[in-house]
Amino acid sequence: MKHSFIDEYSGLDSFIHRLDPRTKLVASLAFIAAVVLTPASNWRVFVFYFCIIFFLLILSKLPPLYVLKRSMVIFPFVLLIAVFIPFFKEGEVAGSYNIWLWQVSVTYSGLFILANVMVKAWLCILALILLSSTTKLAELLKGLRQLGVPQVMILILSFMYRYIFVLADEVMRMQQARDSRNLGGNRLYQLKTIGNMVGTLFIRSYERGERIYAAMLSRGFDGQIRTLQNLHFRPADAYFSAIFCLMLIFPCVIWW
Amino acid sequence: MDKVIEIKNLSFSYPDGHQGLQNVDLVVCPGENLAVIGPNGAGKSTLLLHLNGILRGNSTVKVCGLAVEENNLKEIRKRVGLVFQDPEDQLFSLSVFDDVAFGPISMGYSEAEVLQRVTRALKWVGMGGYEQRSPHHLSFGEKKRIAIATVLSLDPEVLVIDEPTSNLDPRSKWSLIALLEQLPMTKMIATHDLELVRVLCHRTVLMDEGKVVADGVTEAILGDVSLLKGHGLAPTNLNLVPD
Repeated sequence: MKHSFIDEYSGLDSFIHRLDPRTKLVASLAFIAAVVLTPASNWRVFVFYFCIIFFLLILSKLPPLYVLKRSMVIFPFVLLIAVFIPFFKEGEVAGSYNIWLWQVSVTYSGLFILANVMVKAWLCILALILLSSTTKLAELLKGLRQLGVPQVMILILSFMYRYIFVLADEVMRMQQARDSRNLGGNRLYQLKTIGNMVGTLFIRSYERGERIYAAMLSRGFDGQIRTLQNLHFRPADAYFSAIFCLMLIFPCVIWW
Repeated sequence: MDKVIEIKNLSFSYPDGHQGLQNVDLVVCPGENLAVIGPNGAGKSTLLLHLNGILRGNSTVKVCGLAVEENNLKEIRKRVGLVFQDPEDQLFSLSVFDDVAFGPISMGYSEAEVLQRVTRALKWVGMGGYEQRSPHHLSFGEKKRIAIATVLSLDPEVLVIDEPTSNLDPRSKWSLIALLEQLPMTKMIATHDLELVRVLCHRTVLMDEGKVVADGVTEAILGDVSLLKGHGLAPTNLNLVPD
């Protein structure tokens, strides 16, 4: 069965795709740190950062609509957290409403912070989309490993990515089997059925885990996962890192 | 060495009390192609898991003269290549290369040696050029082949395969059988695909309820219709005689 993959466009070929995953990881983190640490009032800096990420996205040949759609995912989360800021921030009142017993007022500075949070979140998610869509997950994990992320985290992530589609298929087949037998009855009965499915899925995953472990042991697994190092830090990576760093620092120097 | 595998009086019970194997005796000689047939739940897979010490029963299993015990395990797993039934379990890495290289790397071979072994194993199963593909993008037949490559890269003396042809369409099945036929090492194949047995194996062991019921030349065992009927391997209500 076909599923969409988180690294769907990682098979394309562009300058960004060819960079070493470590370069991309560090650059993305640096970009996010720079965006988050920029004071809210420096709107020109945000425009400048947007131009950088926009340029890199063009360079990466990712379909623009795909990037835009993906980036929208972040907004519900940000809104959920930040939507109350305008109501609690002190300052000049933009609007005031009477709701039953309370008087609620929205302030300009609050709205300004909300907008700023959204802009920052959006810039960060664009950087992450650029990173995850131009790097194969296997490479990304290899990069993370070499940057010192503990092996056990890498293993969890790589097994998750390997088996999540197998599990999704299993769920789909169970749903089809359930629907083929006309799931009826009242709400409570339906919930019970779903509960059983979740339980079954857990047991199946557990047993699959045992079989995978046996397959690993059969090939000499002794608790250590070793892989061949085939990441290469090339001159292009060095140039990219240097220019990218300068670009991040540049607006701070002229507009601070 | 005249015996690749030597099992004496092996019994095994699962933790839930289910008796998986009961007094199994078996000797496999070098170069033999041995089929282990039997109905579902006969203990075929349980027996295979004893051959490289994933499961350990109460008796002596010897592989290439080495007893299956803790300090021989690494050597034994190098010599016995065990291919599991479901390739999704066998292929757990993010790329075909990583999966085929897993065994050689775990055994501590040098980088050049690993590369060479992976290339050779993939060529052997006709999957050269698939190194960078991810396993979940492959067809079922391709996954089966890669699963075999993952143990071939260790150059095993015995290839132990659980249900190699299950779930394969006839075309993939016959090309897989042709592939197995070309491999020179000793093979032990658990299956209930009697067509496969007839083409590939000279000797057949019939198991049922954890016991070895019959052991002999393939023609003799597959020709004994009442034996097959008695253990659910031939239809009982029809007069179909396997030819």
